Amino acid sequence: MKVDFTVNGKAVSVDVPPDMPLLWILRDNLNLKGTKFGCGEGQCGACTVHLRGRAVRSCQVEAKTVAGATVTTIEGLSPTGNHPLQVAWREVDVPECGYCQAGQIMAAAALLSTNDKPSDSDIDTAMSGNICRCGTYLRIREGIKRAAKVTAPTTGR
Amino acid sequence: MTLAAIDRRSFLRVTAIAGGGMMIAAYIDPVTGLFAQGRQGGPPAPALVPNAFIRIAPDGKVTIIGKNPEIGQGIKTTLPMIIADELDVDWASVTVEQGDLDAKYGGQSAGGSTAIPTNWTPMRQIGAGARQMLMAAAAAQWSVPESELTTASGRVMHAASKRSAGYGELAAKAAALTPPDPATLKLKDPKDFKIIGQRTKAVDVDSIVTGKPLYGLDINLPGQLYAVYEKCPVFGGKATAANLDHIKTLPGVKHAFIIDGTEQLAGLVGGVAIVADSWWLAQSARQQLKVTWNEGKAATDSTEAFNAKAAELAPTLPATAGRSDGDVDAALKGAAQVVEAAYAYPFLNHAQIEPMNATAKFADGKMEIWAGTQTPAGARNTVAMTLSLQPTDINIHMVRIGGAFGRRLYNEQIVEAAAIAKQVGGVPVQLRWTRADDMTHDQFRPAGYHNLKAGVDASGKIVGWRNHFITFTANGTSATGSSGMGGGEFPGGWIPNFAFYQSMIPFGVPTGAMRAPGSNAIAFVIQSFIDELAHAAKKDPLQFRLDLLAMPAVTPTPPPAAAAPAAGAPGAPGPGRGGGAPAQGFDSARMRGVLELVRDKSGWGTRKLPAGTGMGVAFHFSHRGYFAEVAEVSVDAQKRVKVNKVWVAGDIGSQIINPLHAESQVHGSVIDGMSHLMSFEITIANGRAVQKSLDEHVPLRMRQAPREIETHFLTTNNPPTGLGEPALPPVLPAVANAIFAATGTRVRTLPLAKLGFRWA
Repeated sequence: MKVDFTVNGKAVSVDVPPDMPLLWILRDNLNLKGTKFGCGEGQCGACTVHLRGRAVRSCQVEAKTVAGATVTTIEGLSPTGNHPLQVAWREVDVPECGYCQAGQIMAAAALLSTNDKPSDSDIDTAMSGNICRCGTYLRIREGIKRAAKVTAPTTGR
Repeated sequence: MTLAAIDRRSFLRVTAIAGGGMMIAAYIDPVTGLFAQGRQGGPPAPALVPNAFIRIAPDGKVTIIGKNPEIGQGIKTTLPMIIADELDVDWASVTVEQGDLDAKYGGQSAGGSTAIPTNWTPMRQIGAGARQMLMAAAAAQWSVPESELTTASGRVMHAASKRSAGYGELAAKAAALTPPDPATLKLKDPKDFKIIGQRTKAVDVDSIVTGKPLYGLDINLPGQLYAVYEKCPVFGGKATAANLDHIKTLPGVKHAFIIDGTEQLAGLVGGVAIVADSWWLAQSARQQLKVTWNEGKAATDSTEAFNAKAAELAPTLPATAGRSDGDVDAALKGAAQVVEAAYAYPFLNHAQIEPMNATAKFADGKMEIWAGTQTPAGARNTVAMTLSLQPTDINIHMVRIGGAFGRRLYNEQIVEAAAIAKQVGGVPVQLRWTRADDMTHDQFRPAGYHNLKAGVDASGKIVGWRNHFITFTANGTSATGSSGMGGGEFPGGWIPNFAFYQSMIPFGVPTGAMRAPGSNAIAFVIQSFIDELAHAAKKDPLQFRLDLLAMPAVTPTPPPAAAAPAAGAPGAPGPGRGGGAPAQGFDSARMRGVLELVRDKSGWGTRKLPAGTGMGVAFHFSHRGYFAEVAEVSVDAQKRVKVNKVWVAGDIGSQIINPLHAESQVHGSVIDGMSHLMSFEITIANGRAVQKSLDEHVPLRMRQAPREIETHFLTTNNPPTGLGEPALPPVLPAVANAIFAATGTRVRTLPLAKLGFRWA
């Protein structure tokens, strides 16, 4: 079926099977390789993107449900690659193998978009759908807190 | 450490490059040099070949090659840091490029924590050699003695005449000089290191956080087709028939065929390939695939049967011991306390997050491969032998790897992709495994059983120790991949009356190395049992370990000639005190050093802990690294476990090359070990792996990770060694021993989830 939607601010049109996951549309039809395949079962979070502004596992989103939707991937998180989380991830040097990190950043970005001063417990809840097999969790937490300082208003709190 | 393989006369090579730059090449063969010390009759040294590591452009731009596979251990950053420091350039001015598989780079692999010990000196010499040639070029140009020259930040300077020149300006001249003898090279005094020892970010971090294509699955070539490969769920089974005609009618499907495969479980196993325009269409077609399998002889294997066989074998010791010192029976008879315990651990899947994949193109007799592998040379050999190709006709492009943990020491995905691409012909084919493929077709971390009996005397000293270890064999004579254990493993060599026996269960499950192979399970058993003995002796578990490490070395009793295993073979006694993988000398003083350090840093025995909270300690020596760890753990009435904090003390020699990544490796090791401990388990039923997804074999999640992992390195006057593995083994027993301290429940079988525990 033909599916029209918006990815990273650009209108796109693909002709794909209706049950094809958004993950593979992004990676294979649109050549946006930043979104990763880890399990295809919604367990690991490596494929996290923003769909209509919310963090979703793109491996669990079928083509037929994305018509007209806006999707943001790691490539479109910031036009310059300098979203506060990307800056913080560089400063802290979060990744080891790096494979899960796009998903981690997208999950964290969704958290910060609704909660600019997340507690440790907020971070745990938001991030527990994203596995990092290398074990970078302590640095992910540090990265989120560092980015939150940048995004959070400095007055009134 | 000496690196005997360096050929002094031809160590460095230099070539002029277009436009007036220079390229420094070197002859090194570090791996052979390293192992030559500890092995007799090992493989012959491969031919020494030139390596091109440094390019200096006329504008001074420096490019350094990272030769080894990058699996997250940071080696693409670390090895170039070593070269750059001795070259005396600013790290910010360096561009690092990944080298493809090429003999000119010498050994290229990721495994055994060997990259640092094998490359530390050669990488320094390469950098220092290039620097010296640039100085020689400047000396000639200015007609001044070389001894009056200094370097800094990519420039050669002559203070007396206030002259200086950038490396780029000198490169063309330097390229015409004869390279120096490495014996004459003056390496930096470590106090002058400017890059080594600095917290240095990964060279790929920017590409990672912006989602640039870096990994095997990101390869996208013109005309690329996509493949799935259905293997027999029973290990080693073969496809005899399949509904290929139907499959070929499905949307997008271009090819469908049976591959017979070989008998190698870590090679090309039999199965059915489906090749389509898109991976999703190939995978969709696979849902309709019907295959008739010849399941083969592993079809009756099961964890249940293995457990029953292990219980049956346990009471009867084999006729010959792998190691036997003194008289264990007499020692146990005279002991004040005797403790007997059976320990067991399961098969594990590697669970790296990037599933196995490879892209291959076969055209005009040449095989071009893009894939993540820890052993690119091994992959080339496997493809060559399996598909009857010449190694010289196979080219392997190395990509960043989305996790490995030992999984990518094995190259089934590469030989599968190559076999499919060869049959399809002319176009690139990307093979992608699903998570279920990855879960059910691993070279699994082997399970194992240890039947231990030991005694302590009235003073609390261990006087006798016996371990009847039960493992697995595929061929009936030797332990299968990564499942053996040596008699030199700690505490062999410390206890005067010591016996080690090994029995084997025949099976057909593919097993292999996983991060800290052997050690990742053995440390749990040995360090937990030592804890049992400490408690039986009513001693502080940490002091008990210090006392044990202070015991004089036992001279091993030679095994009977007929039963003597070859040196280096599993079961062979280490040289006095062995352990580690491969058998390496174990220096008690270094282990006491890290144990004392972790005692002091963790406040062991000095803090009052609330009820339900306990501290556990463990140490282990592997891969040349000495690690002692303490865990503080709380367990509630519902058996919910929270690891509050872990303290890690390690001794990996005189120099931590990149402290930032060293800390990352320690964090990763602790978190990896916690995954093993709680919820990793593969069970076998009817010759196949039961668990198919990550929710049945669950890696640790963020909320379960300790909030704090405190890392301390003890620098000692020893050559720098690797860190990918040795920090992992002690964390399992440290946490298990802390659970005992908190609850009085002794953990003797893994995973914890099977005993009713879960993370808080």
